[in-house]
Amino acid sequence: MKKLFYSQKIAPYVFVLPFVLTVVFFWAFPIGNGILLSFQDVLKDEWVGLGNYKRLLSDKIFLKALYNSARYMIGTLILLIPLPMLFATLLNSKLMKKPGFFKSIYFIPALTSVVVAGTIFRLMFGEMETSLANQVITAFGFDSIKWLKNEWASYFVLLLLACWRWMGVNILYFLAGIQSISADLYEAASIDGATKWKQFTKITFPLVKPTTVYVLTISIYAGLSMFNESYMLWKGNNSPQNMGLTIVGYLYRQGIEKRAMGYACAVGLVLLIIVMVVNLIQLQATGAFKKEER
Amino acid sequence: MKRRVLAGLLCVAMAATMLFGCGKAGSEGGGSDEGSANGSAGGTQEMEVEGDYTELEVWTFIELHQQFYTDMAEKWNEEHPDKQVKLVLSNMQYDDMHNKLSLALESGEGAPDVVDIELGKFPAFTNGQIGLMDLTSAIEPYKDNIIESRLKIYGKDGAYYGFPTHVGATVAFYNTEELEAADVDYTTIKTWDDFKEAGVKYHEATGKYFACVETTAQWMLNLMLTQKGGDYLDADGNINITNDTMVEVLEYIKGMQETGAFETVPGGQPDNEEAYPSYNSGDYAVQIMPFWQTSRFTSYMTDLSGKIAIAPTPVWNEGDEIKSIGGGGTGTAVIADGENAELAAEVFAYIKLSEVANKEVWNVLGFDPVNTEVWSDTELTQNPDNQFVQFFNTYPFDTLLEIQDGIYALESLTSEKFPSINNEFCNVTLNNIFEQGMDVKEALEQSQDTLKNEFGE
Repeated sequence: MKKLFYSQKIAPYVFVLPFVLTVVFFWAFPIGNGILLSFQDVLKDEWVGLGNYKRLLSDKIFLKALYNSARYMIGTLILLIPLPMLFATLLNSKLMKKPGFFKSIYFIPALTSVVVAGTIFRLMFGEMETSLANQVITAFGFDSIKWLKNEWASYFVLLLLACWRWMGVNILYFLAGIQSISADLYEAASIDGATKWKQFTKITFPLVKPTTVYVLTISIYAGLSMFNESYMLWKGNNSPQNMGLTIVGYLYRQGIEKRAMGYACAVGLVLLIIVMVVNLIQLQATGAFKKEER
Repeated sequence: MKRRVLAGLLCVAMAATMLFGCGKAGSEGGGSDEGSANGSAGGTQEMEVEGDYTELEVWTFIELHQQFYTDMAEKWNEEHPDKQVKLVLSNMQYDDMHNKLSLALESGEGAPDVVDIELGKFPAFTNGQIGLMDLTSAIEPYKDNIIESRLKIYGKDGAYYGFPTHVGATVAFYNTEELEAADVDYTTIKTWDDFKEAGVKYHEATGKYFACVETTAQWMLNLMLTQKGGDYLDADGNINITNDTMVEVLEYIKGMQETGAFETVPGGQPDNEEAYPSYNSGDYAVQIMPFWQTSRFTSYMTDLSGKIAIAPTPVWNEGDEIKSIGGGGTGTAVIADGENAELAAEVFAYIKLSEVANKEVWNVLGFDPVNTEVWSDTELTQNPDNQFVQFFNTYPFDTLLEIQDGIYALESLTSEKFPSINNEFCNVTLNNIFEQGMDVKEALEQSQDTLKNEFGE
């Protein structure tokens, strides 16, 4: 018996057990249950086969939500990967004065609650002439805009909110990646006469790739599963022409607001599949799998 | 041998972790209960009761209701010392509360004893398996004096599931100061054509807007629609928003917008925090709103004190039968599984439907009570100390008595489809028409498709 407690073979299993159980009970079981529910009409308690999925395909609001989420994801990828990378390089440069100050300034928004930030953004981008954003643009001679009632203006506000909030976090990721690059490389490059820009494109960029792939992966997931920002910006899950409705928002509307749990599960599964597929393609393309094989 | 021991040990470990897990879940559950009580300390209110009592948990999304229920429960306790109750009231945000309730009923755990459910959400809770108690017998003693259409909107298949709060008769609120400056006399406005004409005249004289076209509510639209005999569903209960009457009414409202005298308002409708300032400052002169808007005036549009007249809404042709419809509302429901459901039903029937209660509904909340006997009690309705009597420059109940026999309800309001229709209209249809300038017919057809898909028709 004593042998057993000190067995080196068993110890690892015991240590990972809590995690395995957590995964089984709080991930695998709910997902499995969700798959079953997606074939049911929960309120009427009957099986509907592929009914929920068929309805999804012809559901214009769902397609709109899909479009909104995809558009948001792409927007955040375009803005929230190159810019943080650039800023991180600048912050890491010796020419930068007081980098610690700028790091904290960039990071502070990530610490605020989305609820507070969303509410403040909603008020800033109100449609009244007296709202902050409208006062700014009218000062430059433009007409005031109904920000949150206009498809592209509201997209801009959402992206602005995302940038404001997540820029600092991504900068930190990239900063960590950049700092792990050996200074010798830069030294050698500058002796060979490489300009700063050349150094960035030929040394920094390729060598932070693991970080880039990581940030890309989580950004794809975060973009597609965005909900809070839009919920707060429009003060609820309803926005004009559903311009702020995301996939998760639609899941919430169907499952919680309309009590159609089965249909909501189908929405959730489609989201899961989309995120998986997009990320698998992306990881394959960036060669993240190859590394593990080696 | 070794393998068997290993398996055994794993089992023990698993069981231990599970037990630990359960224990933890239990204590967390307790913690979160406390947490919610603490977290919403501002929103939770407990009554002080001496002697024996039964505790009833009440959820509401209207802050004012807390005080009202407490006051009325105190009266109940005085009259029924053997059946004292102690109300524990939680006030939550509108969406939050309904979603929480929905989840609680779905999972069969955590529901309160009594809950306020907003009219627009009500059909969702009388759909499928009904978790609410049939209140028909509790309503019986009070039924004679109550406007029946207001009971029906919280009912299904002949049973009533909610106690109404008010009638919510749609009336017109005119800013007389602004109108006089433009030489517009609101008393001459009888029909929608008069209304439109007055709007144009007003706009020409002042450059300001007469009234709003709604994009996030359907107060005026539903009124005009009902007056014309239209609806959102056909006789068989199928979705039919492309019907001629609907098109005609929306075209008419669009025509109003095209004159320039009517425009969308920030927030999309008069009962909205972004809209209040627009009315308060006189940018818009008229509101077509249910009667309960009175309380919004005294709370959020205080600069208008002494400048607002209440009058019947316009009709299509003078002498039309339908003068008004009940708009909005909150049905107080009792959860069927509650331990004290019977008592809760009895107490809340008293709190919401008794004569005393109906007088308080006016005094405290400024609503039009469902017990119409109260309406002609001039001592009450013209009490000079009443804040609402002081605020408006007409006696509010004069208008109500004038339209008393002409207050109808939109038929489809009780349909389980209405929440979705309402959602589509307030998000998409009305925005398409009045913000994006889409053709009425086209916008309706588009929404019809969306809704058909949802209902599987």
